[in-house]
Amino acid sequence: MSAITLSHGSGGTQTNQLINDLFFKYFSNDILNQMNDAAQIVIDFKRLAFTTDSFVVNPIFFKGGNIGKLAVCGTVNDLAVSGAKPLYLTSAFIIEEGFPLADLETIVKSMAEEAKKSGVKIVAGDTKVVEKGNVDGLYINTSGIGMIYENVNINCANALPGDVIIVNGTLGDHGMTILCERNSLGFEGDLISDCACLNSLVDCMLETYDGIHVIRDATRGGVAAVLNEISDFSHVTIALEEDLLPIKEEVKGAAEMLGLDPLYIANEGKLCAFVPKAQAEQVLQAMRKHPLGANAAIIGRVTEELGKKVYLNTVVGGQRIVDMPSGILLPRIC
Amino acid sequence: MKFVDEFKSNDYSKRLVENLQTISTHKLNIMEVCGTHTMAIFRYGIRDVLPANVNLISGPGCPVCVTPQSYIDTALELSSRKDVIIATFGDMMKVPGRRGSLLKKKAEGSDIRIVYSPMDCLTIAAQNPTKQIVFLAVGFETTAPMTALTAIEARETGLNNLFFFTAHKIVPPVMEALVQDKDINLDGFLLPGNVSAIIGTEPYEFLSKDFKIPGVVTGFEPVDILQALNTLVSLINKKDYRIVNDYKRVVKTDGNSKAKEYLNKAFNIVDSNWRGIGKVAKSGLEFNRQFEEFDALKHFEINYEEYDGGSGCRCGEILKGKINPTQCPLFKKLCTPENPVGSCMVSSEGTCAAYFRYYKEPEKMEA
Repeated sequence: MSAITLSHGSGGTQTNQLINDLFFKYFSNDILNQMNDAAQIVIDFKRLAFTTDSFVVNPIFFKGGNIGKLAVCGTVNDLAVSGAKPLYLTSAFIIEEGFPLADLETIVKSMAEEAKKSGVKIVAGDTKVVEKGNVDGLYINTSGIGMIYENVNINCANALPGDVIIVNGTLGDHGMTILCERNSLGFEGDLISDCACLNSLVDCMLETYDGIHVIRDATRGGVAAVLNEISDFSHVTIALEEDLLPIKEEVKGAAEMLGLDPLYIANEGKLCAFVPKAQAEQVLQAMRKHPLGANAAIIGRVTEELGKKVYLNTVVGGQRIVDMPSGILLPRIC
Repeated sequence: MKFVDEFKSNDYSKRLVENLQTISTHKLNIMEVCGTHTMAIFRYGIRDVLPANVNLISGPGCPVCVTPQSYIDTALELSSRKDVIIATFGDMMKVPGRRGSLLKKKAEGSDIRIVYSPMDCLTIAAQNPTKQIVFLAVGFETTAPMTALTAIEARETGLNNLFFFTAHKIVPPVMEALVQDKDINLDGFLLPGNVSAIIGTEPYEFLSKDFKIPGVVTGFEPVDILQALNTLVSLINKKDYRIVNDYKRVVKTDGNSKAKEYLNKAFNIVDSNWRGIGKVAKSGLEFNRQFEEFDALKHFEINYEEYDGGSGCRCGEILKGKINPTQCPLFKKLCTPENPVGSCMVSSEGTCAAYFRYYKEPEKMEA
């Protein structure tokens, strides 16, 4: 492939290829190579989490949020799921000439609200304006830094046989909302993005049990991509149970119509946690008491099987492989 | 949309599987014609729970897979024109032509837009009056009525910059070609619920009358498929060669009269080339005289000659159900979803894509 295609940005096989073949070729180092949601760095014996993310969502405003809220939540979540208390964010704007000031204010205001809610300060920023047509409205980059809690050691290589996999609620809400709004599909029902800062939920999980092995937020590529990465880094086999997957009726219906699988659809307020069996029920109950975990559910477990794979036990008693997503999500014809 | 879960019900599907085990007493070849069925069968692991003597064969019912390579090449050519916007269903984006794919063309700057319905083209055409919009009109009876309706609406609203590059196909004639092929021995068909919702069940009656092969129309949920397999195996056992509608919640015996009316208004039935299968009599749709102004080939004065890919892949035999994808020398080696050689690997509903994603080697299935 001589040029970048949309597949390289979809969080699946091609994204990983680009990262491995190009970025790691030049940037490779012991911290980056761990491929966690946030880099875990040590300065002066203090463990910090440090991350960055860019936001290019179209439409800029969607049910349940906007690009600004997403930019704060995305970075806060990357820090939170690394076992850190998020502290400071930077924020950079690339704005298209002609972008309505009122819209920009709405976006900035919601960033401020979200930052306040999650207890982070936006402490530095940058603004660039480019000629009409050079970006699609507005792009935002945020970087963030947080302090990793003592005794907490979360890493995507830490999953172990016997771990129970918990998600904090319904899958595919964000991606399906965006897909339907972008294309004016006009589905009836309450499709709404799950965009939310998860740090208070993670805090309450870690207060219950600070030995949780892995937490990842299931953004691009959905739960399928995240679980495949964890299986790969931890060298484990993951078994999911189809009848335990929490999926809203409207997401399920829209996915059926478009021929898409909710396991592969993006979330912006959902995490997967790998918890030892003995503590799983305790963590699950704690999550359910938190507003962002009311629909938390166990969806599967790490098996004793050898090899790195993710599979699903289906409702009819069959099995299917849940592989790494590949290419962009292309709705089918019929 | 509350209906979805009822048809994935755990206990009921287990009872259906048990019953199927009891009634399947001898080896049966059953073809699921439709790609959506193929995908659902894999997605729900239905092959894992079937009796060993029920052999499911995946048929040619994936629109992208049966579209000739010449069609893709012509679409690529059209997309290179500065004044053209191509509108297409998503799964056409990755289909390999001789020189690249629409996905690559888009990366190189061509204006190519993914739509969910041809009706979206009406808006694109109205918003871009200086451009010529070409919709890649592929698909079976499920999508063809929407193409017809879009052309009818375009005429009513006076749009003069919307054209259709049509390769619509109809399903029953290719089934007739398959049952006439002496190398393929089919005992029964799982018939596509979506196509049947448009055409009804009458167009399949020839299977029963002329070839003594039964068929069951069904939907795409696991319970639908298991229920239909039970019905089909019972019919075969009783030598009762009827076409049965197990999808009455959606399919009426005489189909959707409005959709059929649109088809008749805009299209003629013509002979059509199916990739890997060849020419099948009366299996395609082409704009009739009254609608030929919407025909992109005529509008752009393209001398269109059809040809298949000479890629060495065995899509043709796979589409006919003569071999399964693992028997193709390119499968998983040169031909993968990231770099598809043949069209069966491209569409998420293609047989090879289904096998690639979900097929487990027999020895691993025990684990």
